[in-house]
Amino acid sequence: MKEFLTFTKKEFIHIFRDTWTMMIILVLPLVMMVLFGYAVTTEIGNTNIGVLDYSKDEITKSIINRIQESEYFTLSNSFNSYQEIEPSFKASENSLVIVFGENFSENLLHLKKADIQIIADGSDPNSARTLVSYASNIIGTTLKDLNKAPVSSYEITPELKLLYNPLMKSSYNFVPGVMGFIIILVCAMMTSISIVREKEKGTMELLLASPTKPIIIIVSKVIPYFIIALINIITIFIVSYFIMGVPINGSLFWISTLCILYILVSLSLGILISTVADTQLMALVISAIILLMPSMLLSGMLFDIGSMPLILQGIAQAMPAKWFISAIRKLMIMGVDVRYVWSEFLALIIMLTVIIGISLRTFKKRME
Amino acid sequence: MKALTINNISKSYKKKAALKNISFEVDKGEIFGIIGPDGAGKTTLFRILTTLLLPDSGEIKVGNLDIVKDYKKIREIFGYMPGRFSLYHDLTVAENLEFFASVFSTTVEDNYDLIKDIYSHIEPFKKRKAGALSGGMKQKLALSCALIHKPQILYLDEPTTGVDPVSRKEFWQMLKNLHNQGITIIVSTPYMDEAVLCDRIALINNGEFLDIDTPENLIKKFPKKLYAVEGDNMPKLLKELRDNENVYSCYSFGDSCHITLKDETLPNNYKEITPTIEDYFILLLK
Repeated sequence: MKEFLTFTKKEFIHIFRDTWTMMIILVLPLVMMVLFGYAVTTEIGNTNIGVLDYSKDEITKSIINRIQESEYFTLSNSFNSYQEIEPSFKASENSLVIVFGENFSENLLHLKKADIQIIADGSDPNSARTLVSYASNIIGTTLKDLNKAPVSSYEITPELKLLYNPLMKSSYNFVPGVMGFIIILVCAMMTSISIVREKEKGTMELLLASPTKPIIIIVSKVIPYFIIALINIITIFIVSYFIMGVPINGSLFWISTLCILYILVSLSLGILISTVADTQLMALVISAIILLMPSMLLSGMLFDIGSMPLILQGIAQAMPAKWFISAIRKLMIMGVDVRYVWSEFLALIIMLTVIIGISLRTFKKRME
Repeated sequence: MKALTINNISKSYKKKAALKNISFEVDKGEIFGIIGPDGAGKTTLFRILTTLLLPDSGEIKVGNLDIVKDYKKIREIFGYMPGRFSLYHDLTVAENLEFFASVFSTTVEDNYDLIKDIYSHIEPFKKRKAGALSGGMKQKLALSCALIHKPQILYLDEPTTGVDPVSRKEFWQMLKNLHNQGITIIVSTPYMDEAVLCDRIALINNGEFLDIDTPENLIKKFPKKLYAVEGDNMPKLLKELRDNENVYSCYSFGDSCHITLKDETLPNNYKEITPTIEDYFILLLK
């Protein structure tokens, strides 16, 4: 036991004395949270909007007023001709333009039909789609309020309601994603590098030639990263709950169990990589290519897995991050009961057993 | 009982033979030197002796323990200093020593008397990181770490390579002191001048032992008279001597040529000298 503590203490010294390791494990998670939280956002806020109004009557004016009043849009341009619109997009003066046809009020009153066009920037389809739906929403409600909406006896107005994330906050999506990514980074990549470093520097040779059991050498190397991963998770929870307002709807017990299970899977992956790689660079490349990148791209954090080609969907199933992110979304944001995430738990438990089994078989008590 | 009995050890990597039928015995408390050029198989031999590699064939007894079956017990009774400096660069001198003490479930205080002579040289720097030490100090720290659990056998793989001459001399003095305390020492070196400091030496080349004996006996085994020829233009001198029909062997040795003759009875004016182990080694390789 005493031996075990000295090993763990030594490992902590390695971590604390290396500036880069410290940066990666403690600063990077926060940087990612800030980046995803404030910079890489898909939410709308203060979007510049342009208007081309051929009618300039009461109804169009009230619609424009409504748009201006909303928190999403700021009126930046009033055009006089259609030709002015495209240059304004190119100059990034506005991301959306609304064009009202001639005789808007009259047509609406007499013909029950008026022309309105929304022009958006298709080079960024995601935000274009969101902007268009926001703008149409405002136009629709304004007309309804003015009681000028085309009235028919069977009026069907679909009302969009986003369950669990009514405000479409992107933090609901990226918080689970960042967790999935950071744990792979700290547990799989940093752990494998730190084990391989001992091989590369020759200290593993001394440790193996000592009476210490290899299992103690490995477990004690892994424990500090386990603790750091826990600290990372807790930090991310605190930041997302208190600063970004992401709810924690589900049971804290099951959320913690899930996080610990995922940390263990990642650690065992790190050990597995360290048995394969002979140099730190190799460990870095292996974990970056087979773990980090897919955890970003194939986990459902950035892209929807269902719309990927079949082969990528298959690879995605093998990513622990995919199962973790899916389960944490359900547990944390939807607040479901644990029995709805049993398949995610089962997948992670199977992965853990298989990886530990392979690592134990490949880990050598000698040098060959 | 011998401290170490090695019987017909062979080891190959893929198809390349690294060790071929090595056999030797080491007495308790002996300094046993393994002398040979780089790539001769010294490190492979050490890794087999330290239970890090398994031999393909042959058997090794450490006392009465078998190297394969009893590897766990054997790992407790030897100290090992690999050829490369293998301590933690980012740990201080004291932290390294304490770490290796606890790896062997002991403490620095318990075994301080054994390492005192060596460790006292670097103790003033005990708060310095190991990576910032000079070559000689690194080597003393590595030796202290290898000794911290009072091993019965000490394996030193090229301990003085890359160390300055003064530190090398100090290091051998330390080995002599350890020897006086009854520790069996197996040491490899590429330096012939260190060979004479061992009780017995084995000459190794291409995975084979060429000879095993005391340094004095090995020198006595030199079968011919050895002459030194000096000259300013070494390449020209070498060529001339090699063209001489009576010259049996000829090679440059520092700033002179060492030669042996086919017929030593013929009159010559070469200067006769006492052979060294290196001369004997070169003769064996011929």
